[in-house]
Amino acid sequence: MMVQPIPVPEQESDTTPALDVQGLSVEFPTRRGVLTAIDEVSMQIAPGEILGVVGESGAGKSITGLAVLGLLEHPGRIAKGAIHVGGRRVDTLTEAELTKVRGREMGAIFQDPLTALNPLFTVGKQLVETIRLHNDMTRPQANERALELLRSVGIPAPEERLRQYPHQFSGGMRQRVVIALALAAGPRLIIADEPTTALDVSIQAQITALLRKLCDETGVGIMLVTHDMGVIAETADRVCVMYSGRVVESGPVNDVIHNPQHPYTKGLMAAIPSLHDRVEVLSQIDGSMPRLNARPSGCAFHPRCPQAGPKCSVENPALKVVDTTSAACWLQQGGTR
Amino acid sequence: MTVSTATPEPTATPLPAGSPALSVSPALSVNHVSKVFDVSAPWLNRVIERRPKLFVEAVSDISFTVEKGTCFSIVGESGCGKSTVARLVTGLYATSSGDISFGTGETGRPIKVQMIFQDPHSSLNPRWRVGDIIAEPIREMKLRDSEKETLDRVRELLETVGLGADDALKYPHEFSGGQRQRISIARALASEPELLVCDEPTSALDVSVQAQILNLMRRLQDELGLTYLFISHDLSVVRHMSTHIAVMYLGRIVEQAPVEALFTNPQHPYSKLLLATIPDIENPKRRVEAQAGEPPSPLNPPSGCAFHPRCPVAVAQCSAVAPDLFQTASSGMVACHLVERA
Repeated sequence: MMVQPIPVPEQESDTTPALDVQGLSVEFPTRRGVLTAIDEVSMQIAPGEILGVVGESGAGKSITGLAVLGLLEHPGRIAKGAIHVGGRRVDTLTEAELTKVRGREMGAIFQDPLTALNPLFTVGKQLVETIRLHNDMTRPQANERALELLRSVGIPAPEERLRQYPHQFSGGMRQRVVIALALAAGPRLIIADEPTTALDVSIQAQITALLRKLCDETGVGIMLVTHDMGVIAETADRVCVMYSGRVVESGPVNDVIHNPQHPYTKGLMAAIPSLHDRVEVLSQIDGSMPRLNARPSGCAFHPRCPQAGPKCSVENPALKVVDTTSAACWLQQGGTR
Repeated sequence: MTVSTATPEPTATPLPAGSPALSVSPALSVNHVSKVFDVSAPWLNRVIERRPKLFVEAVSDISFTVEKGTCFSIVGESGCGKSTVARLVTGLYATSSGDISFGTGETGRPIKVQMIFQDPHSSLNPRWRVGDIIAEPIREMKLRDSEKETLDRVRELLETVGLGADDALKYPHEFSGGQRQRISIARALASEPELLVCDEPTSALDVSVQAQILNLMRRLQDELGLTYLFISHDLSVVRHMSTHIAVMYLGRIVEQAPVEALFTNPQHPYSKLLLATIPDIENPKRRVEAQAGEPPSPLNPPSGCAFHPRCPVAVAQCSAVAPDLFQTASSGMVACHLVERA
């Protein structure tokens, strides 16, 4: 397949992080009180880096992505913290200003590629519309750019594909179109929320390889939100493990996988059946993640933690650097007593 | 989350695969079964637009046997027909050709079959109490004489799957996904089946909960002598659970082998592709270029071997003649022209 790098828009300096989230809290006021979906989450993504955000359903990983995009649904609101995308603060922007930033500075790839595309318009029309919205281009120029984008995401015969409707594409090809749309304006950050969950394994491998390639070529930062540790291991550079709205561990992907520090990460890694050797009984974490309205005091993991001590139920540990990774656990910070 | 399930999983001794005491007659034999679905447009559209009738062969001529006390798994990508096989075995679909027969159970009658579904959110009636959901098969099949015995049995089943007896009075929405899957397992066990057909029982669950359910299923297999027909797309789960694996591609079994043989020495190019593309946490192969190609539409399957357009080693024969499943030199069976016959 023909591969052409997408021209990167001029950037002032390469060291500005693609995404910088500091102490972000997201709240949902309800009739029965305020639910804190995300509690003091901080993360950074450098240009050209893939940050994996992993966690079980309800851990707040998707909400983090939506908060960055400014797509929190009512009544969700950002209570605390700051979000900078490519050096520009985005959480204080008005809806009108956000519309300009969204798409140009940050793109999004969602789980289901069929609902992300409009079934009534051809793929070419949707691409050209997006390109012209963010760039000052004539229609033929935009068309040329659309072709280039489709080629770069590995769609064969892009001239014909431009004239086709989304239903004429297979799942994997549709996801490639969504990726092309996200790249249309040359963003600095792409939020990919479970981009391969709806796809088969062999297609999943193609899409993750494509994300890696685009990341290397265009220098875009990618936040890869997924529940699948395997996808993280194969794609991400660094990983944030989330539990009950908090980041419990973060660090380079290899260190977190092979040498996890937090008991939750340890349990999570041990619970995944191995492809290499067979055990009689998988190690399991008893219980399930607490609901938002019943988050335990102190460390949210303590009722399920095999090593919990008295301190764990009282005080919530902060994220502290341990060797190469950081973990939010009293075990690494002077014991649980 | 107020309900907590501390499930003590007793240390289980593994059941030797196909031990002589158990393998008297297979629990399930499927012989040359095919299933054809009519997917034609409505009658009026066909007449006006002059379109022909359209058929999809979701499962074509598959045969396998499942020995008692073992776990037979079917893996494949979406649309390969693995769920159709599960529904054919449980009788939810009628076969188009071929026959499915069950072995004799402990009572001398054909063994009973039950099914566990993928989505624990939609497979439980939200308006029924959990106790009634589990008691329904007992009441319907008149397995207990009195109401008191039925309720005792429900309590016992709830405890078997690691829930509390007082959970019988709650509604399904009060439980988490993993607990709901425990309820569906209890309901499946209520009719005292010997063969459980599990259609992706853990793919809607989170990893830590998936481990709980897989451990529970292994323990039940040891304690109750259950036989599983396990359908999944997740190869690591399949490796953990099964004794035999069949790999399906576009309605056909392309390879069938004992679990270790398939994972250490896959024969069919498609099995090799599957094993090469699953994300591996221990040794990620992140710099390897992914193999191109996608599964073809079952509406318009390729000629010959259905895998030949994606196959890296295909020869001219592959696009002309469909290979049949034959015994290999090792313990498995494979359908490929390029693998030597035993």
